[in-house]
Amino acid sequence: MADPYLRLDQLEVTFTGGRSPVRAVNGVDLTVDSGETVALIGESGSGKSVTLRAILRLNPEKKTRIGGKVTVGGRDVMGLGNKALAQFRGGEVAMIFQEPLLALDPVYTLGDQITEAIRRHEPISKADARKRALSLFERVRIPSPERRLDTYPHEMSGGMRQRAMIALALACNPKVLLADEPTTALDATVQIQILLLLRELQREFGLSIIFVTHDLGAAVEVADRIAVMYAGRIVEEGSARDIIHTPRHPYTIGLLKSRAHGAMTKGRRLDAIAGSPPDLADLPKGCAFAARCTLATDPCRQTQPELIQTETGTRARCLRTDQTLTRPGELVGA
Amino acid sequence: MLRYLVYRVVYAIPILLGVALVCFALVHISPGDPLISVLPADASVELQQRLLVIYGFDRSYPEQFILWLGRALSGDLGTSIASGRPVATEVFRAVGNTLLLAAVATVIGFFLGCLFGFVAGYFSNSWVDKAASTLAVLGVSVPHYWLGMVLVIIFSAQLGWLPATGAGPGGSGQWKWDWVHFQFLILPAVTMSVIPMGIVARTVRALVADILAQDFVTGLRAKGLGDLGVFFHVVKNAAPTALAVMGLQLGYLLGGSILIETVFSWPGTGMLLNTAIFQRDLPLLQGTILVLALFFVFLNLLVDVVQTALDPRIQRS
Ligand SMILES: Nc1ncnc2c1ncn2[C@@H]1O[C@H](COP(=O)(O)OP(=O)(O)OP(=O)(O)O)[C@@H](O)[C@H]1O
Ligand code: SF4
Ligand SMILES: [Mg+2]
Repeated sequence: MADPYLRLDQLEVTFTGGRSPVRAVNGVDLTVDSGETVALIGESGSGKSVTLRAILRLNPEKKTRIGGKVTVGGRDVMGLGNKALAQFRGGEVAMIFQEPLLALDPVYTLGDQITEAIRRHEPISKADARKRALSLFERVRIPSPERRLDTYPHEMSGGMRQRAMIALALACNPKVLLADEPTTALDATVQIQILLLLRELQREFGLSIIFVTHDLGAAVEVADRIAVMYAGRIVEEGSARDIIHTPRHPYTIGLLKSRAHGAMTKGRRLDAIAGSPPDLADLPKGCAFAARCTLATDPCRQTQPELIQTETGTRARCLRTDQTLTRPGELVGA
Repeated sequence: MLRYLVYRVVYAIPILLGVALVCFALVHISPGDPLISVLPADASVELQQRLLVIYGFDRSYPEQFILWLGRALSGDLGTSIASGRPVATEVFRAVGNTLLLAAVATVIGFFLGCLFGFVAGYFSNSWVDKAASTLAVLGVSVPHYWLGMVLVIIFSAQLGWLPATGAGPGGSGQWKWDWVHFQFLILPAVTMSVIPMGIVARTVRALVADILAQDFVTGLRAKGLGDLGVFFHVVKNAAPTALAVMGLQLGYLLGGSILIETVFSWPGTGMLLNTAIFQRDLPLLQGTILVLALFFVFLNLLVDVVQTALDPRIQRS
């Protein structure tokens, strides 16, 4: 089998700016093949955004300690020089954000922001860059694209802004798209349109996508594989089908249960499990989920569980997967 | 944009009328007979009456106001009681001098303020920031006449590099664009620039720190921009507010420089006001205040229009 296009090896991100170091990401292994879509789900604060930013080296460099390895297209991202990094950002890996109104410069027109990105990566004229921006706007189906190029972010609706942001992300033909909750801030109907658009573009351009979301429904909709994050670690990972039908980590099961009971409708945050995540500045020695887990025993609190292959397809970071076998269909649709 | 401009200008008219009324009233509610200071102690009642009629002080207040306003609009601000020269001539010469001083001070202050502000904002909460911020606070809070005197002591009295007072050699009030005259401008302008410097630095620091903390900066980096590229975006985001603050500072300096102009004997409006007040020269006082107030209204207008033109987020209604 060929090497995966994007690969995280034991990625660690620690913020050292505050009083005590905050360990936001603690050894994440993740691979994404060319043309594959992987969803990253987990509660607020579990380190999803920090992981994405680490891939583009966007975390504040001076206040951050990075460990592990990020490889994209065979290149070691941590070793890139300034020039190569600038080319890499947007040209190889692009990112779209949750709230385009905040993620776009408010005092530049959308057209200017897109042409700026294109001209940063390629030596082409303003007019040609603008032509490309126009065709991108057409591609993401923004109505009257010519006129919209000259508008400012605040003059557009949320859905149109997100389309513009996607156009900006695709402007320099990246191979990987990092989507950080691209639909959370949108209405339900607009969410679906954006998801469909992303899936369509993904097929057309053969993009690899890491799709961060709180929304299991959206994850299943677009992702080939799902990785569940908790306290800066991936606690369970597998094909979307296996995660949904035979989850083995108690946290994943909790997420699915809360969804099955209707406690989590589309777009709502994953907050239906009792208790709260651990303090990232003071992580427990053993399993980080132990304080909230009904199956927790002493060994759970003593040793850090490894990610193990379960017989039902997923890989789970849990010592007691023998206790977590659910009947197929029990958690979904039943 | 044109509609907005017309709207703003029309909107300024009632303000201007109010300003004129206040200027007029200001003088008439002050106690004392306006002619006392110019009349000889043994002046006859008849002479007093004649002067009252000449200056128009015998009419009713509304009448006086209308007449005064009408004349003011046609450029006639009356005659200075103390000097006997037209107020308009005196005021405009002084305004020219003050404008020069204020403009140079604002430019110096804006430049240094932006420099300190940007450095402090980029390195917010580091020692660089603290040093720059301390300097800014000092600039706003140090008494300026005191600073002026210190500078005079150092650069004029001790080192003898620069002249201490006046706007030209031999105490002439006539400005010329040459080095001989420019020397006279340096000390008062530097003294005065400390005010806008401090305020601009504080504003820009807050602006820059706030802009850099916004999500879109991450967005800019994510599309491959380097530090310089991001810097241009920060400048464009900060510009409308920073320029507005600069404009307002220029306005304040135009009117608020009495102390500095007095310390340096700079023949501007501040010194003119000073003279008018101490000599109880009412027409001169009225005229000076009116012109200064007009300037301020005009400057506010300009600042608003420029800010609106620069910042797409402000609704143009
Ligand atoms: N620059 C930073 N400095 C210090 N701590 C940070 C920084 N960025 C993120 N964190 C912390 O890292 C942790 C993980 O944050 P992250 O944004 O990755 O969470 P998330 O999973 O994306 O959550 P959400 O679903 O709310 O977006 C949080 O506790 C957050 O406070
Ligand atoms: S290791 Fe123990 S505490 Fe952690 S999830 Fe599994 S059973 Fe629960
Ligand atoms: Mg996030």
